[in-house]
Formats: sequence, structure tokens, C-alpha cells
Amino acid sequence: MDVMLDIFGSANFWAAAIRIATPLIFGVLGALICERAGVLNLGIEGIFVAGAMAGWLAVYLGAGLWGGVLVAALAGAMFGLLHAVLTVILGLSQHVSGIGITLLATSVSYFTYRTALPSVTSPPRIVPFQPVTIPGLTDIPFIGPALFSQTPLTWLAVALVALVAFVLYRTPLGLAIRAVGDNPASVEAQGLSVRGLRIGAIVAGSALMALGGAFLTMSAFDAFFFGMVNGRGWICIALVVFASWQPGKALLGALLFGAFDAFQIRLQAEIGQVVPGQVFLMLPYLLSILALVLVARKADYPRALLQPWTKGQRH
Amino acid sequence: MSLRLDPRADASIGLRLAVSFASGLVALLIVAIPVMAAGGNPFSAYLLMAQGAFGSMFALSETLNRATPLILTGLAAAIAFRARLWNIGAEGQLYMGALAAVLVGSGFLQLPPALMIPAIMIAGFLAGGLMMVVPTILKQRFGADEVVITLLLNFVVILFVQMLIEGPLKDPLAMGWPQSVPLLAEARFDKLIPRLRTHWGLLVGLLAAILLWLMVRKTVLGFEIKAVGENKAAARFAGIPVDGTMLKVALISGGLAGLAGVGEVAGVKFYLSADLSPGFGYSGIVVAMLAGLSPIGSVLAAIFIAAVFVGADSMSRATGISSYIADLVVALSLLCVLVGSFFLRFRLILDNRKAEA
Amino acid sequence: MTKPIPLLSLQNITKRFGTLTANDAISLDLHEGEILALLGENGAGKTTLMNILFGHYVQDEGIVSVLGADGTLAPLPPGSPGAALGAGIGMVHQHFTLAENLSGLDNIRLGTEALLSFGQRQAARSKIANIIAESGLEVDLDRRVDSLTVGEKQRVEILKALYRDARVLILDEPTAVLTPQEAEGLFVVLRRLAANGLGVIFISHKLGEVLAVSHRIMVLRGGRKAGELTTADADRRAIADLMVGKAVAEVKRSRGNPGAPLLSLNKVSLGKPGQHMALHDVSFALKSGEVIGLAGVSGNGQTGIAALISGLAVPDAGTMTLFDQPITRASPRDLVQRGVARMPEDRQHDGVVGTMSVADNIAMEDIRSPGLSRFGLLDRKAMRARAKAAIADYDVRCPGPDAEARLLSGGNVQKLILARVLEREPRIILANQPTRGLDIGAQSEVHRRILAARDRGAAVIVISEDLDELFTLADRFLVIHAGHVVDAGPAETLDRSTIGLLMAGQSPIRETMAS
Repeated sequence: MDVMLDIFGSANFWAAAIRIATPLIFGVLGALICERAGVLNLGIEGIFVAGAMAGWLAVYLGAGLWGGVLVAALAGAMFGLLHAVLTVILGLSQHVSGIGITLLATSVSYFTYRTALPSVTSPPRIVPFQPVTIPGLTDIPFIGPALFSQTPLTWLAVALVALVAFVLYRTPLGLAIRAVGDNPASVEAQGLSVRGLRIGAIVAGSALMALGGAFLTMSAFDAFFFGMVNGRGWICIALVVFASWQPGKALLGALLFGAFDAFQIRLQAEIGQVVPGQVFLMLPYLLSILALVLVARKADYPRALLQPWTKGQRH
Repeated sequence: MSLRLDPRADASIGLRLAVSFASGLVALLIVAIPVMAAGGNPFSAYLLMAQGAFGSMFALSETLNRATPLILTGLAAAIAFRARLWNIGAEGQLYMGALAAVLVGSGFLQLPPALMIPAIMIAGFLAGGLMMVVPTILKQRFGADEVVITLLLNFVVILFVQMLIEGPLKDPLAMGWPQSVPLLAEARFDKLIPRLRTHWGLLVGLLAAILLWLMVRKTVLGFEIKAVGENKAAARFAGIPVDGTMLKVALISGGLAGLAGVGEVAGVKFYLSADLSPGFGYSGIVVAMLAGLSPIGSVLAAIFIAAVFVGADSMSRATGISSYIADLVVALSLLCVLVGSFFLRFRLILDNRKAEA
Repeated sequence: MTKPIPLLSLQNITKRFGTLTANDAISLDLHEGEILALLGENGAGKTTLMNILFGHYVQDEGIVSVLGADGTLAPLPPGSPGAALGAGIGMVHQHFTLAENLSGLDNIRLGTEALLSFGQRQAARSKIANIIAESGLEVDLDRRVDSLTVGEKQRVEILKALYRDARVLILDEPTAVLTPQEAEGLFVVLRRLAANGLGVIFISHKLGEVLAVSHRIMVLRGGRKAGELTTADADRRAIADLMVGKAVAEVKRSRGNPGAPLLSLNKVSLGKPGQHMALHDVSFALKSGEVIGLAGVSGNGQTGIAALISGLAVPDAGTMTLFDQPITRASPRDLVQRGVARMPEDRQHDGVVGTMSVADNIAMEDIRSPGLSRFGLLDRKAMRARAKAAIADYDVRCPGPDAEARLLSGGNVQKLILARVLEREPRIILANQPTRGLDIGAQSEVHRRILAARDRGAAVIVISEDLDELFTLADRFLVIHAGHVVDAGPAETLDRSTIGLLMAGQSPIRETMAS
């Protein structure tokens, strides 16, 4: 019991929870946009790696932090475009294309990193984003360090949640995206382009996914390690179902997950002698599986998700 | 004049083979670009890769050795994908199979020597099979997608194995290095050729390919698997037990991946460690797709992928170009064969008809 | 008197799909305020023509022209629903093009506002309110579409077109999903809209409706225009001949000879109220030598009845007995083996595995029987032999037993399914929408087979949205509405309007208790 109070009572815990949640917020938002439009993007794991590597490398080569963020987003958008061409234009299997993109993005990233920095004993580092202090808010005891000392990327993630929600529910574009993921025929019969909407959604979503990776190398840590993404992309795919494809719930889900992960890390520090470390490390993955299993039955899946679609025949 | 796409009535074996070969070839060709970007000469790179994969008896045996687990994980993916069961968990199933082999074959169990090898194989098959049956049941009961669950389980399994290796299964004689107690001599696969690393596991793989091929073409189960994979609703309506068939597929698929793990432990390393598999499970997916989900084709595709990895390792040592080039080839092969499948479904027609009045 | 310039003009429209000519040099004019019925059998080319008009397909030859603001006809750019909508053409598709997760209002707004803008919900709402008032198409705009009834969804579809200032409204088989009374309501709306200047094209294969509501009729047959006449001058017989061409032998049904009950449902309930499969307290029996026709608007529980008889569901309450033994668990294989033949409603989705061969599909239900396999190994020779016999016997047109089933036309797929299920001389047959989408020749074929099976002593239940088909086949009628089944009695005592009332859930006068 004291252990629990120790953990929850430390401002560091809450700060860590938000920090762990941030890449997931980007990833879940990105996956949500793709799936709302009716396309599953299993390239997310590889796009995380690509965003992490490309963003970091850009900064290392002198582009400045926000330059790195832009490069990461572009890298994600590029792989997203490839996935969109394969699945929307050529109508190929979304599962296989996604896995192919993950393998491609990962191998391209690893090869580029190794080639650019061939002989290193420990990975070179950059100066990452620093926590932003908000006058007034950051000085509040406990709450300040807990909630208001995050880096700009975290604030960007939260802002994007609001932006995506606004676009999805309050603009004609969002309406069209929600419609195309339910019944592409409804969109086509109203004179809109199913392809255009889906390609746009996938590219935008993939750019967001890449930002999740960029956060890892440019904010949470300051270097690129092989295997650093470690399944976060897949966890996002599970969390999207849990979030019912809604941006607000996506934020909530990511934060809950971040809290759980931060909790398990600190718990390990407290009782790690008794229980092997790996048990704690397993918990996030098991939790994701549990979350998915619990909500899958009642989930309001976008009806057209994974359904093959061909335009009313042209020529 | 315009270009038109017409659905193809069927695609001949010749066309399928052409697409598979072309995919591998195009992937290799595309990779010339990163090689040049890294400052290398593509032609010499290809030459070194070919030599490293096939240039000597030693090279050939290394390639076949590397192909052994890939045949099995390729078959695992092929049979699952035929039923539209997306088994992306072959990596985890492989480790579970290896774990089972160590538990049975390192001395905890007292078994007569002659039974050891069958015992570890059965244990490995069942362990891997179980690892796939569970997500399949979750899908049937709760509607939870097996793709994400099998993917996440890979991470869980590797952590589980690490935990056991650093704990109860730790080899006290390994000077602190985290690895399991070794397999007893009678639980090890013999070499096929003395002084080379190719082992009996290869024959297990070849036999599995033949059995799977027979199953798919000649048995009722193979028929039911095809129906369930191609149109689940129609299969169910016609009285085929869909859930039961999927569970059988899950057991076979996971079991084959488990056998891959058994082979690596019993034929190559003789102990279990966390780096037993450098992604054999995932590469198996590419093997299966390159083979067009064909069991016999999986053998050839596995040898190709193995050759790429072994050749790239050798080339990398000689030129300093990162061996991740092999992963690039593998990824590109998958995407190429995916695009190629498009041409198996459609044919491109140049339309010379008159313009409309 | 000079003819007024038409609102819409199609000239020499031709469309080919491979070797099939779906539309062959068809020309058509539509004037303001006119209701034109496009009549023809399934496969005559009506939907293809309208899909070209609306821009889903591109014609191979011919021009579509629309009356512009300046009073002249201008050609419509082909292949673009956006261009068609812009020119004032609206279409209500046979299978609704609605996003079920959105409200009616949102569906109507979809695509009408610039994507990169903030949208005008309020303005849209008031414009639609005006249209509703003028046209009489009442519907709740804020409910999610998946909670609306079929009739309400259709109204949203029409509102979509009217909201975009359609001057031409195309309706593709609009009454397929309505009761006779609801169809009447639709016709009232169409007449009102036409009186306001709207041009309406209304596709149907039902002669009666066409005569009731149209000003002019155009008949298509085999992709060509077979004839065009004013409704006032039209004669039923003449139109039917135009539709069908050569005389097809009418299927004559002799009196049935009902025997013992083979399959019965006793106070069966399934699912929860409101679900489309739901059934309440349903009781009826299928007797040997009798054809039962189950009439009803789609979505009233027929899926539930079909699922029960197919072995895909078991009752939540009540009992089902088959040959005097209760059925306790759902198993299609079980029912097949005990002699129940089922024809699925959606033959492409549930009936055949398209990528497997004709022989494989014919063998699929019996694959584990001793004739086709042994010790788990397939006997391909036996399978091919059986397929060859079935292909010959049932006239399944296909390149051969090894051809993939997806190459077959709808009619031949249905014949394949008939071959598969009737070969075993089943004692109970479920025929669900047996001739949907088939041309007249294939229809008679199927009807003849069903009646022949009845004459052999089988108990048959036919579920169909086509009352004509039921009157052809059924000895006795059941009518389903909102999950309740009513026994309407022997076919001889019934007429369309009585059935129509029952389909709408109202009792005809003669059913009420005499005081």
C-alpha cells in the first residue's frame, strides 16, 4: 500500500506517464484517421522507426529540432503514400501491404543509420527538446512539475487531438472521411472521390504516426537505438479499437496506458528483487491484448474497414 | 487508344512462377541504389553475395542451414494465410517450440535416448501450435483481430524466454552469459554432412513441405481449408465446420513454426538464448508470399531468402556495406510479389477502338 | 404542335462488357413533368443505362445531353457522378448509398459543401425542411441512418437528390423493399414532384406498378429498346410480349397434395425485438407435397426463418422438430445430411466459393460422404463424374467442371446450387429469393424444378419479395411482419391486396372476429 502511495504521490510519476503516452497519442491518432477512412495501416511500426531515425538524423545533420520534426512527418507521409497506392489504387491486401511497409521502413531506416554512422561504440546524441515552462502553471506545487513540464511535442500531440476531433466532427472533410469508412458508395454517389479521400487520410495519418517515432529520439531520448520502437506501433493498433476511433478517447487511452507503464516501471524498482524484471516488461503488451479482447465484440468498427472496393467501372 | 484492365479468368502456373521470380529479381535490382549510395559497386556486391551464398560447399551448407527454419516458418505462414488466418506470431511460436525442446531434452525429463528426438519434436510442435490456437480462440469468442494479438505475443514470448533463461533454466556453466542449459546429446540433430552445419532439420522441413502439399491437394481437410479461406460464409452455409477448421489450421501453423524453433536449438546452437532467431518468423511471411502460398514453392523461396541473408553477411564483411541490405531485399521482395499478384488478377489491354461518335 | 425541348436526351448509348452488349444503341428523351418507366426483365440493361446516365459507368458510344440554363441541350461529361449531380440529375439506387453511421441530415449534406470549409449545418437544415414540406417526404433528420426503416431510408435518398436541385430523378427498382401500400405512398410523392416540373425515370420489372404511375413506358429487352408507348394507350398483353419477346411456356401449377408435416416450428422466438432476424412466437409446419410461400417486405424476419431452417441458428424459445425429432443445436451439416436442401438468399456471398471449381462447389455439401471421399482423402474422379452429370442434367452453362465458379452468370450459379441441393432428392427445400436477378428463361427453369420436387413429395418453403412468383409456386401463404407470422391460407382464396395488408401488419377485414 505504501508502495502505491509512494508511486502515485510522486510528481515524477505523472510526468513520466504523460511522456510515455505522447508517442502513443500520435500513433493512435494516425491509425484512427486511416481506419476511419476504411484502411488498416499495419505499416505503423515501421513508420515509427522511420520517423525516429529520419527526424533524429536530420537534427544530427544540422536541421534544427522542428526541421527534424518536419523531416520525420515527410518520411511518414512517403511510406503512407506507398501504402495508399498499393491498397487504394491497386486494391491489394491491406494486411500484406502494411507488413511490407513495416519491413521496408524498418530496413531502410536501419540501413541508412548504419551507413551514415558506420563505426560507433555508443550511439551519438543530439540535444533534444527541452521541457517548456508555462509562466504561472509550471510553478504550482506538485501539479506544475507533474503536468506542465512537458516538451513542445507533447503539447503538439494534445493540440492535434483537438484539431483532429474538430475536423472529423465539424467540417465537411471530416464528414466525408467518416462516410467513406462506412460506405464508399455513399461518397461516390455524392460526387466525391473515394480514392482521393482515402489516400489523403492515409498520408496524413502516416505523417502523424511518424511523429510518434520522432518523439522517441528527439524528446524522450536523444539518440537512435535499434529496436527502440519495440512494439509501440502494434500497441497503438490495439488502442484504436479501445478508443472506439474517437480522438478524445484516444487521448484518454494513451494516457491510461502511459500511467500503467510508468506504474509498472516504478513498481519494478520497488519489488524488482522478488519478481523478475521481464514480468513487468510483459505487462504493457498483455494489457493491450486484454483491452482489445474486452472491447472487440461491441466495437463500432468502420463498416468498410478492410472491405475491397472498386469504383463503378470505368472503361 | 487507351489502357484497360480486364479481370483475368485464371492465371497459369507459368505466370505465377514468372511473377515470383520477377519479384525476387526486381528486389535485388532495386537494392543496387542503396549499395551505390553507400559507396559500393553493385556488380561486385552481387558477385560477393552470390559467392557468399553458393560459392563453395561451405557457403552452400550455410545457405541450406539458414533456409531450414525459413522453410518451416514459411510453411506456417502459407497454411495460415490460405485460410485467411493472419498468423504474424511465428516468431513467438518458434521460441515456444525451442523452449519446449529444451524443457524436454535437457535432462529434466527422464526418457530413453531413442525417444528423445521424437519427444522434443512433438513437444515443440504442440507448444507452437498452442501459441496460435489461443489467439484463434480469442478471435472466435471475442472477435478480436489475430494480427495484433499474435504480434504483441511475440514480444511477450521473448520476454518470457529471457526470464526463464536468466532464472530456472540458466546454464551455470555459461560464465554468466544468459543462455539455457544445453540439450543432451541424444536430443540433438545430427549433421547431414560431416564438418558442415546443415543438419537433419532440413529433412524435417522438406518432409513437412511434401506432407503439406499432399494435404492441400488431396485431403478433405485441405478442401475445407480452401473453402473457408476463400469464402467463409459460403463454406459455413454448405456445412463445413468453419471454427473447427480454423483451429486445425492454427495448430498446424503454430506447430510448424514451433518445429523451426526445435530445429534451431537441436541442430545449430544446442541451447536456447534470446537471440536464437534473427526474425525467422517474420521472414517466413515473405517466404510464403513469394511462394504464392504454395508448400513446394516455399522450399525454393526459403532457399532464396536464406541465400540473400548469407550472401549479404559475407558481402558485408568484405565491403563494409551494412548487412541490413538483406532486410531491404526481403522487404522489397514482399512488396514486389504483392504488386505482381495484381497482374495475376488483371491483364493490361491496349484498347484500339474508335473514339465515341 | 412543336415538341418542347426535352430535359434530358440519351442518343445511341452503347455499352459492352467483354463480349456482352449490355446496351445497344438506346435513345431516350425525358420531358419536364414526365414520369417515364423503364421496364424490362432482369438483365435487360436498365440499371446499366441509368448507371451511365449518372456517371458510374462510361458509355462506349453515344451521348448524354442535359437541358442547360440557356435553354439548349449540352452534352454531359461522361463518367462523373459529380458532373451528373451538377447538371441536375439525381439517382436513388436500388441498394441505398447511405453512410449508416451518420444522420439523415449529414448524409444529405455530404459532398455538397467545399471540403476545406466549415460547413453550413443550419442553412442546410432549413432548406431541407422546405423540401420536406413541399414534397411530403417526412423523416427524422437527426437519427442515425442505421436506426431508420427501409421506407425512411428511401426518403432520405430522395431528399438527397432534391436538396441538390435535381431536375431529373432516377429511381432504380424503388418498390422492391416496400409493401404495396408504401409503394402507393411513394407514387403519390412522385406524382406531386412531377407536377412541380421534375422529370422522373423509374426502373421496374413490375408491370402493374408501371401502369399505375407512369406517363410513358419504354421497354428494354436484351440490351435494346423493344418498344415505347404512352401509358394511357398501353395494353398489358402487348407490353408483356415486348418485355419477353418469344413466348415462354407459363409454368402451370397443379393442385398440391399435402401430406405429413416434416419440419415444424412451435412458438419459436429468436433474437431481440427490433433486430432484423427477430421472430416472435412463430408456428407453422412444412408438409410433404406442399409449397408454402412466405410473403413479406424484406427485413421483417425472413432472415431469421432462413437461418433456422439452414441450421445457422437455434431458437431462443420454442421448439423446432424435423421428422418428429427436436432440433437442439445449430449445424448446417446436420441438416444437410438429414435431407434438408437450402438455397441461400445471396448466392454469390453464401452459395458458391467463386475461386473454386464448379465440381468443387457441387460437391461441397457432401464432401465427407462416402461417395466423394474416403479416409479423409478426396475422390476427385467421383467428384468430376458427379459434376458432369449435374451440369448436363441442370443445363449449367460453364466452360467445364473444372472452371472457376465465379465465371458463371447469376442464372447458372443458381442452377449449380439447384443441382447441388436437389441431386440428393431432399425431403425439405428452402428456396430463398430463388429467381432474384435471373432472366425469364432461367426463372421458369427454377420454378419448374421446385414444383417437380414438390410433386415428388418434398416439403418446400419459398421466401420471396416477388408476389407474382409466390402466386406461381405456392399452395399456401404465410405472411411475415415484424417477426410475427400469420397463416393466410390456401393460395386460391387470396389476392394481392389482402397479402399486401398482411405484409404491412394490418388484418384484412375478413380476418376480424365476427361479433
